[in-house]
Amino acid sequence: MSLIREIDYGTPASTSETLVTLNVDGFDVTVPEGTSIMRASMEAGIQIPKLCATDMVEAFGSCRLCLVEIDGRNGTPSSCTTPVSPGMVVHTQTEKLKKIRRGVMELYISDHPLDCLTCAANGDCELQTQAGVVGLRSVRYNVDANHFTPQVRGESNFRYMEKDESNPYFTYDPSKCIACSRCVRACEEVQGTFALTIEGRGFESRVSAGAHESFIDSDCVSCGACVQACPTATLMEKSVVEIGIPEHSVVTTCAYCGVGCSFKAEMRGDELIRMVPFKDGKANRGHSCVKGRFAYGYASHPDRITKPMVRESIDQPWREVSWDDAYAFVADKFASIQKTHGVDSIGGITSSRCTNEETYLIQKLVRQGFGNNNVDTCARVCHSPTGYGLGQAYGTSAGTQDFDSVEHTDVMVLIGANPTEAHPVFSSRMKKRLRAGAKLIILDPRQIALVRTPHIEAQYHLPLQPGTNVAVVTALAHVIVTEGLYNEQFIRERCDWDEFQEYMEFVTDLRHSPEVVEGLSGVPAEAIRGAARLYATGGNGAIYYGLGVTEHSQGSTAVMAIANLAMLTGNIGRPGVGVNPLRGQNNVQGACDMGSFPHELPGYRHIAGEDVRNIFEEEWGVTLVKEPGLRIPNMLDAAVDGTFKGIYIEGEDILQSDPDTHHVAAGLAAMECVVVHDLFLNETANYAHVFLPGSTFLEKDGTFTNAERRINRVRKVMAPKNGFADWEVTMGIANAMGLNWTYTHPSEIMDEIARTTPSFAGVSYDHLDEVGSVQWPCNETAPLGTPIMHIDNFVRGKGKFINTEYVATDERSGPRFPLLLTTGRVLSQYNVGAQTRRTANVIWHEEDVLEIHPHDAEQRGINHGDLVSLASRAGETSLRADVTERVAPGVVYTTFHHPDTQVNVITTDFSDWATNCPEYKVTAVQVALATGRSNWQEEYDRQAEQSRRIEHDGELIHGD
Amino acid sequence: MATEAKLIYMANQIATFFHSKHHDEGVAGVAEHLNKFWEPRMRRQFFELIDAGGEGFDELVIEASATIRRPEPVAS
Ligand code: SF4
Ligand code: SF4
Ligand code: SF4
Ligand code: FES
Repeated sequence: MSLIREIDYGTPASTSETLVTLNVDGFDVTVPEGTSIMRASMEAGIQIPKLCATDMVEAFGSCRLCLVEIDGRNGTPSSCTTPVSPGMVVHTQTEKLKKIRRGVMELYISDHPLDCLTCAANGDCELQTQAGVVGLRSVRYNVDANHFTPQVRGESNFRYMEKDESNPYFTYDPSKCIACSRCVRACEEVQGTFALTIEGRGFESRVSAGAHESFIDSDCVSCGACVQACPTATLMEKSVVEIGIPEHSVVTTCAYCGVGCSFKAEMRGDELIRMVPFKDGKANRGHSCVKGRFAYGYASHPDRITKPMVRESIDQPWREVSWDDAYAFVADKFASIQKTHGVDSIGGITSSRCTNEETYLIQKLVRQGFGNNNVDTCARVCHSPTGYGLGQAYGTSAGTQDFDSVEHTDVMVLIGANPTEAHPVFSSRMKKRLRAGAKLIILDPRQIALVRTPHIEAQYHLPLQPGTNVAVVTALAHVIVTEGLYNEQFIRERCDWDEFQEYMEFVTDLRHSPEVVEGLSGVPAEAIRGAARLYATGGNGAIYYGLGVTEHSQGSTAVMAIANLAMLTGNIGRPGVGVNPLRGQNNVQGACDMGSFPHELPGYRHIAGEDVRNIFEEEWGVTLVKEPGLRIPNMLDAAVDGTFKGIYIEGEDILQSDPDTHHVAAGLAAMECVVVHDLFLNETANYAHVFLPGSTFLEKDGTFTNAERRINRVRKVMAPKNGFADWEVTMGIANAMGLNWTYTHPSEIMDEIARTTPSFAGVSYDHLDEVGSVQWPCNETAPLGTPIMHIDNFVRGKGKFINTEYVATDERSGPRFPLLLTTGRVLSQYNVGAQTRRTANVIWHEEDVLEIHPHDAEQRGINHGDLVSLASRAGETSLRADVTERVAPGVVYTTFHHPDTQVNVITTDFSDWATNCPEYKVTAVQVALATGRSNWQEEYDRQAEQSRRIEHDGELIHGD
Repeated sequence: MATEAKLIYMANQIATFFHSKHHDEGVAGVAEHLNKFWEPRMRRQFFELIDAGGEGFDELVIEASATIRRPEPVAS
């Protein structure tokens, strides 16, 4: 293994299709028109010295190191800013150039501390490298006017600036800055945050975060793009400063969100030094967010449990046991429960955080070993309505595009999603396209950041009342149909025309008009009309949506309404358009694909289908049950009723993440054997009888499938701290139950998936190693995968228009609970926070807070920062108030990253009609000043404290 | 909500959606949905309620119940 060094071509690639041939140092090179001379030379293998250019960002032409001579042209133009032209003859190394370059270098070095040997970037510094490249041998200047000595001739040096160490992950040492502005451009062009500026001119220019702020106080979101762009030690990962530069690296996939960024995990021995986004990663194209790049410290956090533990009942302390004893304990318990309470009395839950292979094994364990279909995944509580809704309309739950598609989009419609927080790297790609002129329509109760952010302003923000998505989206369709803006040709060719006639009749009714819907949703009719016209007529229209669509009583209906919109306007089946569900966690897509829903086998095939069952019956040597199994909420109901007694939960913390905590707790408490397989003693583990320690994504092999259906490899970079990868643990249980599984590597699990599941037929680890990643379907007809779906036909044949009648949720505000609570995410934290809370990311989000409009706050005598109680018919909790106009009057908002707040004590048991996806996004609540924490919080802490005791060498210690 | 009340609530939610279809299609839709997604014990509880008079159910659900698969009785 060695350090993967990606070639820096100096300037971004040109997308032109016209080719140009030129000659560089005697070699002919052919490149797309618009390519810089620098890049063309690099493609021919000729490296022109450079400092201010890097292919992450557009060239700026400030350092003058990259000069070249061109036959027939005067002077020495900089190769990074000069585009190629046909027949051009370029010389990159002449005596004249050498002399100029040495002069340039000498100037740089004269204002740079010569402490290379002890510098953190030693061996990884472009200034150092280029000094070598140009053959600099001496520096004549020794000036008092410099930026790197704190004192000059005994006086303090006004040019000197102290190091800024305010960011937990990187330092800014201005004394080493060469003012190349790569960081500034990275922050603007790649990240789109505009947190950095170059202040001053010429020799006096310096990089500044915000207006002379520290990084942590500026707008910086800690994505690290500037650190990656910086050629010197000025912006540097603290981990490199502390440990040293890495010596080998492995390409792997971020385990946080559904963007699925590719990273090089750069290592020194088995120590992870840093994560650097991989340029060839097709989801992220070399970018990352703070979580993926920096927040991996949880993997070595002392809270990690590394030994299996069991106990007879949850009031006892945990007892450490051997793995074999733990497996035997589980197998015995489950067998005896099934004997007493029937085959259907146990089940399993997998998580979107598991790899595809792990999820596949869990559903296999349940179907083959437990002999039922009681398997579900946490996708139940996020995107199950996408599966149902898109499945009905188009014939597959698949999102229709790849992320690259956004580069061809003219109008983006963003519904109930907050990508700058939840899908950061994709939001950077959106912002880039928006800055280039694409238009933006946002449907969201809150004023999310994209409504107005540097150099971007949404054309329309429809701040709808929580729970009225279906009404508003159907009103958009009403406008498109009644104003004749629909694409008749597309509908005739691609959709069922008769169904469309019926739909027309439905949607043209006055009750769907913007004027009527204004009364329900609070969105001005004119805004609905304007937005509909823009989407229908503005060119390529792409819809991106998130949990603000799905997590409602009418989640599935809203997805169908979105599917209708895209069909009406013909925005399906080519780059730049489509219906794009932004899936939350890293492997939501994969978890669904792998058959973890109780009614279907891998590849979305209903369990009632005999042919499909046969495939797996043959593979697994058992007879499968053809009836659907229980979904998570049904499991909990059955547990409370006494017919469901045992569960195996991998990687999921249902007590914190699922709605109506009281009900979840009651269900768990009623079970005889709860097996939790996780990194930490999570909240659910308070009710567990067996704890099986898990491994992190750094410690195992596997695959994740991101929101664009892209199957990315996860590669092991260090040994599992708990001794086993998670697939091995599931296999341990299976074999204790006598199933005789014999996998020796996850690649064999993928081979089994490919054997049994047509959309994965072409997938294997060898293939992925070869091509990097593929988007399913990947099979004989599409060996490299399928970036865009439904190109000539919908998967189901004809697209299906479905009437989407708006039905108000029963969760309504009233006199007792006059406000509507809606929930969301923040950038620095991830889901229930089990991982991110155990990293320095807490600096950005120490606790969940309640956003409340000044008007509502004033009425209740609430000031910013007050502790308030938040109550619904389900429960009550306390948290701090953030008085802000981001939310509309009547609406309050919070996140659920912290178990102390347990916002799900508040959320109710209402759920999507088709899939039971919980209605997280609307809860009627009351808010009042609180005197302290709620009784529930106190009681919960007591129980958690007692439940987390571990007996260790005869002593009781407290696990966390 | 207790499980029984929840089942009635869920079935009616499904019916509400299928009311926007033609009557026959709606009935078939409700039945298909329960057949496809409701685990046998849920359907068993469902039929106990239907057989006891079906109080509280949407009429579309009652009509659909004729074509919803009755699960086999519990063995024990
Ligand atoms: S870390 Fe990211 S957001 Fe912060 S200054 Fe650097 S590029 Fe900008
Ligand atoms: S901080 Fe680094 S990237 Fe930014 S101007 Fe200075 S040397 Fe260049
Ligand atoms: S959390 Fe998401 S956006 Fe951030 S690095 Fe990971 S995959 Fe990329
Ligand atoms: S690299 Fe071209 S001017 Fe700096």
